[in-house]
Amino acid sequence: MAGISTRESYGKTLVELGKDNPNIIVLDADLSPSTMTHFFAKEFPDRFFDCGLEEQNMIGIAAGLAASGKTVFASTFAVFASCRCFDQVRMCLSQMGLNVKVVATHGGISVGEDGTSHQAIEDLALYCALPGLTVIVPADGIETAEAVKVAASTYGPFYIRLGRPKTPFVYPESYHFALGKAVTMRQGRDATVMAMGIMVANALEASDVLARQGIDCRVINMHTLKPLDEEAVVEAASETGAIVVAEEHLAHGGLGGRIAQVVARERPVPMGFVNLGDRYALSGKAEELLQRYGLTARDIEEAVRVVVKRKQAYLS
Amino acid sequence: MQQMPNHAEPSSRLTPPINKSNLSVTELKEVARNLRRHVVKMIAAAGSGHPGGSLSAADIITALYFRVLRYDPHNPQWPDRDRFILSKGHAAPILYAALAEGGYFPVEELLTLRKLDSRLQGHTDRNLTPGVEMSAGALGQGLSFSVGVALAARLDRRDYRVYVLLSDGECDEGQTWEAALSAAHFKLDNLVAIVDCNRLQLSGWTRDIMNLEPFAQKWQAFGWHTVEIDGHDFDGILAALQECQNMKAKPTVVIAHTTKGKGVSFMENNVSFHGKAPTPEEAEKALKELG
Repeated sequence: MAGISTRESYGKTLVELGKDNPNIIVLDADLSPSTMTHFFAKEFPDRFFDCGLEEQNMIGIAAGLAASGKTVFASTFAVFASCRCFDQVRMCLSQMGLNVKVVATHGGISVGEDGTSHQAIEDLALYCALPGLTVIVPADGIETAEAVKVAASTYGPFYIRLGRPKTPFVYPESYHFALGKAVTMRQGRDATVMAMGIMVANALEASDVLARQGIDCRVINMHTLKPLDEEAVVEAASETGAIVVAEEHLAHGGLGGRIAQVVARERPVPMGFVNLGDRYALSGKAEELLQRYGLTARDIEEAVRVVVKRKQAYLS
Repeated sequence: MQQMPNHAEPSSRLTPPINKSNLSVTELKEVARNLRRHVVKMIAAAGSGHPGGSLSAADIITALYFRVLRYDPHNPQWPDRDRFILSKGHAAPILYAALAEGGYFPVEELLTLRKLDSRLQGHTDRNLTPGVEMSAGALGQGLSFSVGVALAARLDRRDYRVYVLLSDGECDEGQTWEAALSAAHFKLDNLVAIVDCNRLQLSGWTRDIMNLEPFAQKWQAFGWHTVEIDGHDFDGILAALQECQNMKAKPTVVIAHTTKGKGVSFMENNVSFHGKAPTPEEAEKALKELG
């Protein structure tokens, strides 16, 4: 598999950004070898602060630096970046609107063996709930690099969720990331899969199989959850008449609900949801977990077949 | 708008201390008395708010804004200004009073406190009020924010100083101690925390709700230089704020022993005035006492 982890891409991109922009400050909470901010720390030790295992304090420090004109990247695992310091994020990032980019790695169940406590599957619900936040889940290392650069040059609070394992490339090197603008990865007329993160590659694989079965499936990468590209949603509903949302997240509060609101309001069509439901996962290898908890290309295929049938039932 | 007590009373605007003013202790006492009057009037007009913790902090805030801090009210974003960060956000009224008298906005605006569309929110909002550095209200966050501001000063090689006012009650919050660890770790000698130790929190005495003692020793153990003062004695406050400027490689905490509700007899040490507005009659009585 050709690809790198999104966190590795992040770590390397930070170094690039640091060279061009002396205003960039990076914080971490004793996880820099894992979040890959250690590349930046090594290159720019004066602009890197390890806050120790103090996530709440880290967000406050980030806010103070940002209020003093700095562009601040703050990293830790997604579970801690969301659940551990939610009040601080609410006050400092959302309410004060400061220029802090929380880039959280090890999102989702694909973190694997570390198990339930380390699997962030509610982080997007928390961050999307906050006014003023921009929330991004890149699909591969190339998109990560682009998204991180855009975050650095766009004022305001961001949450970017990255993953632990290697992720296959779904984009060519020349890819250009447009904030809040969904990317049509593949055209199709029978149904649309809207996915994010590692589910984009799975959706592409599913659409290959479905094509052989005579189902022409559109695949859209909804890398920006907030603000949501509503136009892309309405277009997909209008043109394909059925939508499946695939995400490595709990059923509630993530991409599925956000898209469903738009579909219900603007253009009701049958929808399917591929996600973790309302439960936590266990320890295991990433691939085993994705299989066990229904986040594979096969699960997406099945969901697409169901919505296509429902669509045909409505039409007949 | 509803009738507000003493609305028509002329305010005595002080000269904006663009450069540190040199008010004498007698003059500072007069300023503090005036700020306390504003607090009583504002909260009475709003019909809700937290008088106790504003009154306990009045002398500390007066010393800061009218003797210690370097600021320009006409340029609230001046990069070299000293930073004052109010972590105990419920004491917003005393900060607003100081900012108004310091020239950031008209004194008349104080009576809009907590009203719809006012720039003076129930708890501080940095995006609405000129001179307010941080939005606060969820306790325990101000020291962390201040660590970030102090680090920025060092990165930018600026000589401004960072003062943050905490309540003793908010030292229950674990984040305060995370921040305390980090300020000492980063050797932030440009950071001064002042704890308004009025010994009361919302529902009772701090010693009964969650004992903080031995308080100074805790800060010392966390690597801080500590100074204990009477938070209503200007000579002591000024001496402490002077002393911490000489500290090297270590943050300072000024533990200011204060009286909640200070200056209004029936509010002093009275936990019920933590978060309750005086009635119009009580406000009148309070203003009479304050003179």
